[in-house]
Amino acid sequence: MMALALDLLSWIFLLAGAAFLLIGAIGVLRFPDFYTRLHAVSVCDTMGAGLVLIGLMLQGGLSLVTVKLLLIFYFMMFTCPTAVHALAQAALQGKLKPVVDDRES
Amino acid sequence: MEHFIDIVLLGLLMITGFAIVRLRSLLAVTMLTSIYSLLSAALFVVLDAVDVALTEAAIGAGISTILMLATIAQTTDREKVPRHTPLLPLIVVITTGAALIYGTLDMPHYGDPDAPVHRHMAAAYLHDTPLEIGVPNVVTSVLASYRGYDTLGEVTVIFTAGIGVLALLGYHTRRQNIQPPGIKKIVVLRVIAKLFLPLILLFALYILFHGDYGPGGGFQAGVIFATGFILYALAFGLGNAQRLIPQRLLHGLAAAGVLIYAAVGIEGMLLGGKFLEYRVLADDPVTGQHLGIMLIELGVGITVAAVMLIIYFGFVSRQNSGDS
Repeated sequence: MMALALDLLSWIFLLAGAAFLLIGAIGVLRFPDFYTRLHAVSVCDTMGAGLVLIGLMLQGGLSLVTVKLLLIFYFMMFTCPTAVHALAQAALQGKLKPVVDDRES
Repeated sequence: MEHFIDIVLLGLLMITGFAIVRLRSLLAVTMLTSIYSLLSAALFVVLDAVDVALTEAAIGAGISTILMLATIAQTTDREKVPRHTPLLPLIVVITTGAALIYGTLDMPHYGDPDAPVHRHMAAAYLHDTPLEIGVPNVVTSVLASYRGYDTLGEVTVIFTAGIGVLALLGYHTRRQNIQPPGIKKIVVLRVIAKLFLPLILLFALYILFHGDYGPGGGFQAGVIFATGFILYALAFGLGNAQRLIPQRLLHGLAAAGVLIYAAVGIEGMLLGGKFLEYRVLADDPVTGQHLGIMLIELGVGITVAAVMLIIYFGFVSRQNSGDS
């Protein structure tokens, strides 16, 4: 019973993570400019990959695999936002203007 | 299920390959090449070749991307449109490809358990490794012990490549700390780089000395070690990185790695064995093998790390001195 519940929970996490990654991919394709695309990648990748890793940790149980997954999780939580931040900064300093919708202002 | 993953990965590889051929922006091509390597690495994991996957991920997706970006930064990011028609190259490629495919028809089927390689070599390695060498990772035992000559050759090739780059590009030590003006403002990058540098170096050492038991070894470890310092150079500037590891030290280390490797081989001869025969290194043959593998992996790691940094510094320092 316990195993089934754990399995179910793990799959919920895995599917939610996959959904986030899919939304991120759609965002990259559909958003109008570099910054909004970066936003889609950053938010959904961190969240999606994180959820997938949590799901895998539940599958792994109390073992060395889970510890390694936890380290990857920790690593991604730091590196993904940093990379996106650096990219956005570089684009801004490269004088890339964000697309602004000025109809409402 | 495994077939499905194979097909998806191979399909993505093909799409990436076509995109690489079609695109003219070299920056995009570099990124796609990196993706290609990452996909190959995933494919190697599916094939249970974890050691190769680690190498591909570290070298193909990691350091060669950085080197290509450094090259693009000092040349151009536009590929010239060829003036001749692509007809002749197409014919050459198709003919060569057809000949190669024709050549593979005689080869044993993919995954055939009766293939000669599985019946003779692989079976012998799998049977003998626990008895003679006693390391769980058979790849390491083949690479470092049974095929020690080959690996010595590979390390020498890497060393020669480093010398070649040095001879062609030279090495410019920068007194002042040159780095793109904007990057100083990215405080987050510097903080994270400082936080992760020790972890990356620690991971490289783990890969190096855990190669007997898990996937890994000198080549991967050397590259990861070099990546740590390249990250430092990117975040804190080239001058600081060159002060951290001076040129002389790098040159010495690149040679020292090959020398350690060859010295282990000669030590075996002095102790009454053959060249690169590790079992005479200690009283117990298995301990001797362990010691030998550990030492030559250390040599490989030192040379690879040093040469990667020599190439990187050679490329990047030239870029900054070009306009002076």
